[in-house]
Amino acid sequence: MVEQNLLLLLVLTPFVSSVLAATLPVGSRNAETWLAGLTMLMALGILAVLYPAVAQGGKISGSFEWATSIGLDLTFRLDGFAWLFMVLVSGIGMLVILYARYYMAADDPVPRLYSCLLAFAGAMSGLILSGNIIMLVVFWELTSLVSFLLIGYWYQREDARHGARMALVVTASGGLCLLVAMILIGQIVGSYRLDDVLAAGGRITTHPLYPVVLVLFLLGAFTKSAQFPFHFWLPNAMAAPTPVSSYLHSATMVKAGVFLLLRFHPALGGTEAWFQLVTGTGLVTLLMGAFVALFKHDLKGLLAYSTISHLGLITALAGIGTPLALIAAIFHIVNHAVFKASLFMAAGIIDHETGTRDMRRLSGLAKAMPITATLAIIASASMAGVPLMNGFLSKEMFFEATYLWNNGSPLDNAAPYVAVLAGALSAAYSLRFIVTVFFGPEATDLPRKPHEPPLLMGLPVALLVALCLAIGVAPQAMLGGWLSSAAIGVLGPDLPYFSLKIWHGLTPALVMSLIALSLGILIYLLPRRLIDQGNEGPAIMRAINFGSGFDWLLDVFGRRVPQMLLRLASAPGLQAQLRVMVLMSMAGAYFALGPLDWHIPWPRINAQELVFALLWLVGGACAIGAAWQAKYHRFAALVLTGGAGLVTCATFVWLSAPDLAVTQLLVEIATTTLLLLGLRWLPKRNVEIPGDAKFRPRFRRFRDLLIALTCGVGMTAIALAVLLTRPGMSVGDWFLRHSYVEGGGTNVVNVILVDFRAFDTFGEIAVLAIVGLTVYSLLRRFRPAPESVERPRPQREAEEQALEAYLFVPAVLMQWMFAPIITLSAYLFFRGHDLPGGGFAAGVTLAVGLLLQYVATNVRWVEARLTILPVRWMGTGLCVAAAVGAGSWIFGVPFLTTHFQYLELPLVGKVPASTAMLFDVGVFSLVVGAIVLMLIAIAHQSLRMAPRPKPAEEAPADPEAVASTESTAAVQEKG
Amino acid sequence: MELILALAIGILTSSGVWLLLRPRSYQVIVGLCLLAYGVNLFIFSMGRLYVGAAPIMPKGGFVDPTAYADPLPQALVLTAIVISFATTALFLVVMIAARGITGTDHVDGRERD
Repeated sequence: MVEQNLLLLLVLTPFVSSVLAATLPVGSRNAETWLAGLTMLMALGILAVLYPAVAQGGKISGSFEWATSIGLDLTFRLDGFAWLFMVLVSGIGMLVILYARYYMAADDPVPRLYSCLLAFAGAMSGLILSGNIIMLVVFWELTSLVSFLLIGYWYQREDARHGARMALVVTASGGLCLLVAMILIGQIVGSYRLDDVLAAGGRITTHPLYPVVLVLFLLGAFTKSAQFPFHFWLPNAMAAPTPVSSYLHSATMVKAGVFLLLRFHPALGGTEAWFQLVTGTGLVTLLMGAFVALFKHDLKGLLAYSTISHLGLITALAGIGTPLALIAAIFHIVNHAVFKASLFMAAGIIDHETGTRDMRRLSGLAKAMPITATLAIIASASMAGVPLMNGFLSKEMFFEATYLWNNGSPLDNAAPYVAVLAGALSAAYSLRFIVTVFFGPEATDLPRKPHEPPLLMGLPVALLVALCLAIGVAPQAMLGGWLSSAAIGVLGPDLPYFSLKIWHGLTPALVMSLIALSLGILIYLLPRRLIDQGNEGPAIMRAINFGSGFDWLLDVFGRRVPQMLLRLASAPGLQAQLRVMVLMSMAGAYFALGPLDWHIPWPRINAQELVFALLWLVGGACAIGAAWQAKYHRFAALVLTGGAGLVTCATFVWLSAPDLAVTQLLVEIATTTLLLLGLRWLPKRNVEIPGDAKFRPRFRRFRDLLIALTCGVGMTAIALAVLLTRPGMSVGDWFLRHSYVEGGGTNVVNVILVDFRAFDTFGEIAVLAIVGLTVYSLLRRFRPAPESVERPRPQREAEEQALEAYLFVPAVLMQWMFAPIITLSAYLFFRGHDLPGGGFAAGVTLAVGLLLQYVATNVRWVEARLTILPVRWMGTGLCVAAAVGAGSWIFGVPFLTTHFQYLELPLVGKVPASTAMLFDVGVFSLVVGAIVLMLIAIAHQSLRMAPRPKPAEEAPADPEAVASTESTAAVQEKG
Repeated sequence: MELILALAIGILTSSGVWLLLRPRSYQVIVGLCLLAYGVNLFIFSMGRLYVGAAPIMPKGGFVDPTAYADPLPQALVLTAIVISFATTALFLVVMIAARGITGTDHVDGRERD
């Protein structure tokens, strides 16, 4: 079990560290480096502990229950192949993190970088270790997402945003194809477990859906590993900081595609289609990448295309699919990661110390930075495949794999020639890199004077280069055991004999290597001047630009087509949209209710109900009046709406729902106040709107009236039909029976809200908090219309004296009411569980109490005496509610399970005490905060007015400017 | 009683929908308020009407559900009241902001041509 837990730890720790890293202060480069470095070190430690269990065919797998009911568990498995990949991810990760410490400038926001790097390490670990193919795709997409964030790290740069978007669209679309492929595989095999899938190779390759699965699967793998024709995102991703390029876009993430090809080779590989597609794509990419790389002037551009080319090499090996080819592929994954990461870091150092990456400007750097030059030269030699380097060994194995007869198809026959040509090109661009940058006359016009980097920045490069040499000289001792464990993980236990040696005798592969190297030197030396100073490649190559083709596609499908659809399908303006919505719901109601049997017995009205009828005569008149007057007489309409609300409230009282009545009444007060505050900002409407009496507007009104009347009649009919039948068993009965027994309260409505359905309430208060914050932030940038900025007419015309005395008596009363209202609020709160009241009602009451103070005096007076921090009230409320809910986890019961008992207090007697009441405290606090925040935010808008010109001083020249400074001051005051 | 409430729901809905389809943002806000009353009453009435039923239960003992009003629609409506308050507030602020930016109170931000 320890091993299984260690697996889980391997995946989870980077994510936890990522969260921690994100919370550190901006400038803490050292702390970030320690945190991230230790995380990687821990991963390496765990891997070291686990190695004996996975060596030579061992396998660890662990399942953690997650959502077992839908067959979804967290399954992780580790075999030799995954182990080797994990070592790459953690090992290179650690070096990159050390390197990034010195690469990033002091003013870069490093927490974001480290947090993303750690999250990437976690996602990559999840991808490598997952034992469930759906989970694998989830982590796969997660790596794409993090890569997006990292490429766009310097998001103020256009190329970074563009590159990030392109990478995300390409790799994430590939990921979606992969998801479909995995689902199909799961359907064919009957299980989503990786072990089952790998064991069911025969069934998958003979299934009629195999071609579809294969193409979708390869789309996923090829987009991720930047295979032709999806390679264009990788060079654009070079806008990322160099540590990121070195880690994600050369050593690890782009290897995920080839990882997948190797991993699924037992399940999908070994067929003719696999060979043709994978080997073909691999060889094309190999050649194309190497060719383009030769002409690039940007150091990172050259390395990016070289990476594409090497990924093509690995893909081709996976396509060939013989055991030796697969072993070579694994070997080259490791070798390429080691030398390419070090080359990227070296390029980053050159960029960092000289200020440019343009090879046309760089020259003769070997004098100024001899150590870096030596390291880079060794790494490039490895990239070129020079003997005694690790790159030489795996390249030779590649040559051998292409040379051997596989199936005699044209592709197989062409493979050795393509391989040698690509090898030659790769030697040529490596040579070009070294010769241009480090030799020749010393460059004089560099942006910075070149010098050696800090010791610790060079250390990761040195370590990687040392590895290149060590593997190159003593391959069997360095990697032999690990490699055979990894190969067993892919190929199964009967591994063919292979030996990692430098000297195999004079084999065809060696001859091919030598041809490639000498040809490479020739290719570079002959047209050297052309390559060094000319355009980036022949004209035809620059004309076929996959990147801009992609941009065009994105523009068509991301902008033009949707815009066209929008034009075709959308209604113009809100009115038409609302009309469509209303009509659609009417049609829905008609079709849903039409087929039912309607038996509406004629209702009777008895004498006692006459009062009720009278009540609604008033209510209905109010509603109709409000609808009538809302256009020209807003205030009247508001009063009438309030009237309808009050009648609704009375109805609740009448029909035995006191809780509703209390809440409705209080909310009514708050709503009316809110609308009153808003009225001030609307345009004056005492003239007819032009053209209002013409035929078209009249027709529109008539049509809307018809719709409204139909809605009303329909609602009446449905309500009557329901009301006149007897109810069957209601869910409510259950609540009634269990309210006291299980919830400990006699007010069922409140018990439902804070206990039985507390989770709904939790969501609801969250909505309230969101609305509060939205209101607040919308109003912070608010600019009133010019004609609303002035003081309203009554205030302007009134005498100073009159304004002072304005509402004098009510104001005093309102101030006096403050304490009683707080008491009322407390009273409503505490009786909530057993009698009508509760957190909502109490919260609104307190908010109204505070609001009255604003009405009675003015904003400045209140805020000079009373500090209200609504955001804190809201935050506290949400936290308390969540904490009470989460508290039940401690006792091993689900979220928001309540506990209650009655306490015997001296003098007071029996008092209900339940955790639901604590939850209610949260509700209370949040409601107070949200309502006060909204009301105050709106009330504060009046501070934007120009101050009344005092007799002594001149009116300020620019009322707008004064208004805005004042309001900001006010907002800040409020906190 | 049932007829009156049903008619009330109908009137509130009619007025609400009528205002909802009007071009001035203030009309739409008032319309939403009225519609909210109507819908709240409708949801509430789905538990049937109980005049003079006790809203509070005794502490312990057998509970006869038929003697009490159905609490479930009430709980739902309580939530609905608060949410409709939030919606009104949000819409009001959007209205104020749109009015400031566009200079008109038409729902589309510009007068109909």
